Amino acid sequence: MTAPLLYALAGAILCGIGLFGLLWLSHLLRKLVAFNIMGSGVFLVLVGLPQHQGGQDPVPQALVLTGIVVAIAATALAVVLIRRYYHLSGLTSLTGEPASREGAPE
Amino acid sequence: MTLWLMAGLLFTPLAWAVLTLLTDFAWGRVVTWGGIVVQVLVSLGLWLAVSRDGGFYYGLGGWEAPLGIELRVDGLAVTFVLLTAVVASACGFHAGVYIDPDKPWHRYFWPLFWFLWSGLNAVWLGGDLFNLYVGLELISLSAVGLVALGGKAAALRASLRYLLAALLGSLAYLLGVALIYGQFGTLSIAGVVFWLEDHPVPAGSGLALALMVTGLALKTALFPLHRWLPPAHGIAQSPVSALLSALVVKASFYIAARLWLELGEPLGNLAAAQLVGLLGSAAVVWGSWLALRQSALKQVVAYSSVAQIGYLFLLFPLTYSVSESVSQQAQQGITLQVISHALAKAAMFLAAGNLILSTGSNRVDALTGVSRFLPFSLFSFGLAGVSLMSLPPSGGFAAKWLLLQASLGSGQWWWVLVLLTGGLLSAAYVFRIYRASFLENSETDEFYHPSRSLEVIPMVLALMAIGLGMVSEEVLSVMALPFEEEGSP
Repeated sequence: MTAPLLYALAGAILCGIGLFGLLWLSHLLRKLVAFNIMGSGVFLVLVGLPQHQGGQDPVPQALVLTGIVVAIAATALAVVLIRRYYHLSGLTSLTGEPASREGAPE
Repeated sequence: MTLWLMAGLLFTPLAWAVLTLLTDFAWGRVVTWGGIVVQVLVSLGLWLAVSRDGGFYYGLGGWEAPLGIELRVDGLAVTFVLLTAVVASACGFHAGVYIDPDKPWHRYFWPLFWFLWSGLNAVWLGGDLFNLYVGLELISLSAVGLVALGGKAAALRASLRYLLAALLGSLAYLLGVALIYGQFGTLSIAGVVFWLEDHPVPAGSGLALALMVTGLALKTALFPLHRWLPPAHGIAQSPVSALLSALVVKASFYIAARLWLELGEPLGNLAAAQLVGLLGSAAVVWGSWLALRQSALKQVVAYSSVAQIGYLFLLFPLTYSVSESVSQQAQQGITLQVISHALAKAAMFLAAGNLILSTGSNRVDALTGVSRFLPFSLFSFGLAGVSLMSLPPSGGFAAKWLLLQASLGSGQWWWVLVLLTGGLLSAAYVFRIYRASFLENSETDEFYHPSRSLEVIPMVLALMAIGLGMVSEEVLSVMALPFEEEGSP
């Protein structure tokens, strides 16, 4: 068991935890945090696994940097949408009746 | 020459996205229409260049593969680039007239539109798995923003649901990419194929393919992962729905298809191929059935997308361990299905938007009597429906005919039943709309008349969907062009 493999395994576990949270929690912010945990898990696998196979490798680190930028952009968009949704409907989850009527004309 | 075409193709959408961020809606419209002209000319030029000289690899900015971004410019990619240019420009022109310029947040439509377009081009041309991921995320984030432009709580709810599904799909895909890189030490699909030529297939590498295909299937809304699609496509503004149904779902499917065609034989297995085909068939039947039972007009069209997407996944069983000619037929059929569905569904959503504008309601029963007032839009809707029902001579017919031959040629007759049932059910939901619109109702005789340009655009798209059936040979011949593996522009 090498250290990079340990990282990759920890990443796989984080992925599992994040997936569980994303599917089972109903509060939108919790879902978003779960998405971030799952993302971090994927990044750990992305860095750990190649280093376990072939030693030091700069490519995955560049990929993870790009991945973090994408994850931040997605998180920011989600936070803005969740806040606006809460202001309009008073809800923090996707279940339950929203304040405005569905199927209204555009 | 090619250098300028590639630069124009990749640079224009990004530049225009930034430009339109600075303007209000009305100015953004003028600026965008200029950009659309440039983009259509460049796409057409690239398509002509490739159909004359064949495809090539293009290293962006002169940087080659491991460090730089390498683009794979082949016949299939430029065909989709051209398709994107046609559909997106139609939606852009339609949106300029259709979307209400007085709501302040609508000015963000243009930057999102352009970011979406650049993401689509990045996916069609992307050569390595990670750049495809970045392109996919660019598409998802701008598509979610476009859905949220509706502004109401229901629109935000749909866009949040869409965002969560898209993000989960991307992460599953990225995890697969991580496993591929960890195993093969390369990010390009061609590199993996090359590695497999002189190594045995490592145990467990099927998991990477399964993760990627599952994530992409979630983003393409394959049954039973389709639940996010109808609310998002139904509630968005009509030009946005048209963009989403015609192009956005195709981007993730395109990646899944490229992965399967290159890596399906070594890494996949027969059970997985049949399972994906079975889910696709379930999508065809279940999506059409639900489309038949919707009371909102745009929901009918959205569920019809779920059904039509189902056909695309028949690619998986029809190309796994079959003869070369059958596989070729299946690929051609699926490509025609992608193109004809993109044209027909864009036409249908835009025409549905006109009908909703005219009656002031999204309900199917509110269409009573509209046939007398808006025959042109209704006719576009019907023509698009002809392609979805796959009646000759439409593009939908040519696609299903090839798929039918591929099913029989590979002895998998059970997919023929799916093709026939799907055609009948789609006829049922299109005729249901027609029946509602031809009923006479003396109470409502006031209809708003949308401007003529709004009515012409869906008609042009619908006619192209019909005409595709007659030029399918020419369209397919560009995709069969030889691809020079080594060579610079």
